[in-house]
Amino acid sequence: MRDDRVKKDRSMLLQKEMIAEHFQRLEDAPRSGEKVVYTFVPGNLTELIRSFGALPLLPEINALQSGMRGKSKAYIAEAEKAGHSADVCTYVKADIGMMMSGNIGPTGTRLPPPDLLLLSYTGCYTFMKWFELLREQYKCPTVFLQIPYQGDGTLLPEHREYVVKQLREDVIPALEAVTGRAYDEGRLRELLALSARAEDDLVAVLHSAKQKPSPIDSYFGGVYYIGPIFSAFRGTPEGVAYYEALREEVEERQALGIGPETPSGRLDDQRFRIVVEGPPNWTSFNEFWQMFSDEGAVVVASTYTKVGGTYDFGFRHDPGDPLGTMADYCGGCYTNHNLPGRIDMLVDYVKQYAADGFLINSVKSCNSFSAGQLLILREVEKRTGIPGGFIESDLVDPRYFSAANIKNRLESYFQMLRERRRGQVAPGSDATAEVTP
Amino acid sequence: MSPPTPTSQAAPRSSAASRQRASIVAWARDRYEDLELGSVREWLAQEPGRKACGYLPVYVPREVIHAAGMLPVGIHGGGSMEIIRGDAWYQSYICHLPRSVVELGLTGRLDCLSAMLFPSTCDVIRNLSGMWQILSPQTWVRYVDLPQVNDPERAVEFWTGELRHILSGLTALTGKVVDDEALWASIAVYNEMRALIEELYAVRRDEPWRVPSEELYLLLRAGEVVPVEEWLVRAREYLEASAADKNRPRDNARVVLTGAFCEQPPLGLIMTIERAGCYIVDDDLLLGNRMIRGPVAQGGDPLVALARALLHQHRTTSVLYEPDPTGKAREIPERVEAARADGVIFAAPSFCDPALLDRPMLRDGAEKAGIPCIAFKYAENTGQFQQFREQAGTFSDSIKLWVGTRAEQGRVERGRTGAGGEP
Ligand code: SF4
Ligand code: SF4
Repeated sequence: MRDDRVKKDRSMLLQKEMIAEHFQRLEDAPRSGEKVVYTFVPGNLTELIRSFGALPLLPEINALQSGMRGKSKAYIAEAEKAGHSADVCTYVKADIGMMMSGNIGPTGTRLPPPDLLLLSYTGCYTFMKWFELLREQYKCPTVFLQIPYQGDGTLLPEHREYVVKQLREDVIPALEAVTGRAYDEGRLRELLALSARAEDDLVAVLHSAKQKPSPIDSYFGGVYYIGPIFSAFRGTPEGVAYYEALREEVEERQALGIGPETPSGRLDDQRFRIVVEGPPNWTSFNEFWQMFSDEGAVVVASTYTKVGGTYDFGFRHDPGDPLGTMADYCGGCYTNHNLPGRIDMLVDYVKQYAADGFLINSVKSCNSFSAGQLLILREVEKRTGIPGGFIESDLVDPRYFSAANIKNRLESYFQMLRERRRGQVAPGSDATAEVTP
Repeated sequence: MSPPTPTSQAAPRSSAASRQRASIVAWARDRYEDLELGSVREWLAQEPGRKACGYLPVYVPREVIHAAGMLPVGIHGGGSMEIIRGDAWYQSYICHLPRSVVELGLTGRLDCLSAMLFPSTCDVIRNLSGMWQILSPQTWVRYVDLPQVNDPERAVEFWTGELRHILSGLTALTGKVVDDEALWASIAVYNEMRALIEELYAVRRDEPWRVPSEELYLLLRAGEVVPVEEWLVRAREYLEASAADKNRPRDNARVVLTGAFCEQPPLGLIMTIERAGCYIVDDDLLLGNRMIRGPVAQGGDPLVALARALLHQHRTTSVLYEPDPTGKAREIPERVEAARADGVIFAAPSFCDPALLDRPMLRDGAEKAGIPCIAFKYAENTGQFQQFREQAGTFSDSIKLWVGTRAEQGRVERGRTGAGGEP
């Protein structure tokens, strides 16, 4: 991910190299013969894909990268010109627009067409349409994996079995057909063991935010930390090495009692500890981050960093039960939790991380996240006694990032937290209402 | 060519059939307009211990609700009702349906429902299921995950499991022991309903002047809230009366209306389209009614039979994965052909992901087949129809002028009209 304003940590540079190499391999795939599997971040089956020697490619990551690189506006316009509605998810339009504009990926290399679309239907309705749309273009095989939603708050045993069965009878045969390789469970177990190691390190990093000052920012910094594990590098030695390096770096900061690098410099003086719900805006990522860091606000926990797995609640990939563990993984991704479960998680974060406030960034694109967030806001306020803030933007459509408006709202919110700290304002007061719609 | 005046459909008539028809339509309209669910409350009051189960669009297995001894009640939003509290729960970029459903809930209008089913139509309805668990803790709430996988047998197994969950949850409320016989009886009565609805659609397709879409729609809306047995009686009477009391055929274009399967368009919009010169000869309004084509075959385990029917006889719709790569492109041409339509109107609720994400694929298929298309968006509380009147009127005229209607030609040489984009 490009970042000019924030001083780069070692781990960031490492990640940059990993990504560049991965995209180079993707560009070379049509010549090297490596097979390419498109799939989504929530419910991604990276270890399984890689156990067949294939390369994963995640369209959401491309879309967000297009946002960060200032290209999404043109891509979205391209897709809308071709008949895609102004109302729908901009990730889809950024991806389709990119495809229509030559499919040049985030690192400037050409993206290969998919050999297989692995539609892991996890926590988002739009995924289904997205791959139906891509299939029109690529005319390649598509395999569907239905992950039942945790409507009752858990992944029911029969639902888990349903996923395992699909993995065994649909997904694995599809990967075998595309790659010409037989399923190798031993190989899969090895990769899953690597995943678990990286996951341990990631969780140690996330938990470090319980310390004051927090050595990490768990949202703006967090999206870098989750990059490798949510995309192509789970179950790889590079992934393990990255998370070891990251953990070391964070533990150093912990030992020194210092904060993370931010657009406002190193944030040691942390005036507000915030929990954030919802994805970030990518088109003005640094500007958005700076609105927090200028106020001395550090994000200590976020839900967005759990869309590709809720490891901090204990889940680890288990090499002892390869297909079952993948079912558990998919079922547990954040947007596959029902609303009461999401509220529990946020309440837990506010308490565990001793937060002063929590904010919702509601993005226009995403019904999966956004529908119901105003209820989440009220419930979390009610259960924690902490005032919530509510801002609106979009993921990759710059038309929906109104910097002045968001800054205003954030300033009022932090002002209210300050006054509250001085004992002047009670939760649920007018000041709270000021930053909620 | 200006659109015909809307006099013929509304012209007063004197025959007994006409009175009969008018009284059934008035009965249906009352139920459609009654957001207090008076008829549901009456039904509940008739016998102590009765219970009702609400459901959101698009598809839930009403047979199971019926067998559990409950009244299935379709919750299709609040139409043009004033939203006072519901807006506080939804951002401006979310469709209108959930805010009116929340309004109905918060104002006590749905307190007669002991259970609510939220099918996996989209993430808005999915998340609303969780909201309901919090806002209405006394209600038994179930999110209903429709089967999406390619393999029909695996999907049948999964869906049968879901049906068992729903049945056991509902019977825990009613205390009724449901055996196979009871389930078959419920399946049979809904088979009758399906058959009658198909017949009504066929009559409208063949003689759209005999069954105006406005009336058909009202009848189906009544079917969402009254006991199925009562509805069957009224619908049969309507069919008979309409045979004896036909309107005059008009020189209208024949259109398929699609995209309106969840948040419902205002009745005024449906009327506007027809009065502007477009007979609606197929649609996906209240699609749950027609989700399963034909009867559920009798024999074996009734829940398995119901599951099989959904998997093997379902209509193509945005809420179910389309495993056939050519399926989306074929959908509209096939529907247009089956309905002998001249064109298609893509009418979607604003911010409706399922309808709007599907639209480019469907429209592409339609345009490649040379089918004239227009597209617009609406909300359930849209109050101004002028724009739609103009669009539908122009569409009808352009079909008649440049393409020729089926009625005129007997066959159609289709061509693009180029009319209409997303407003
Ligand atoms: S709707 Fe939300 S979860 Fe789904 S693809 Fe778009 S941004 Fe991602
Ligand atoms: S109108 Fe569309 S987006 Fe809204 S609830 Fe219905 S299907 Fe979902």
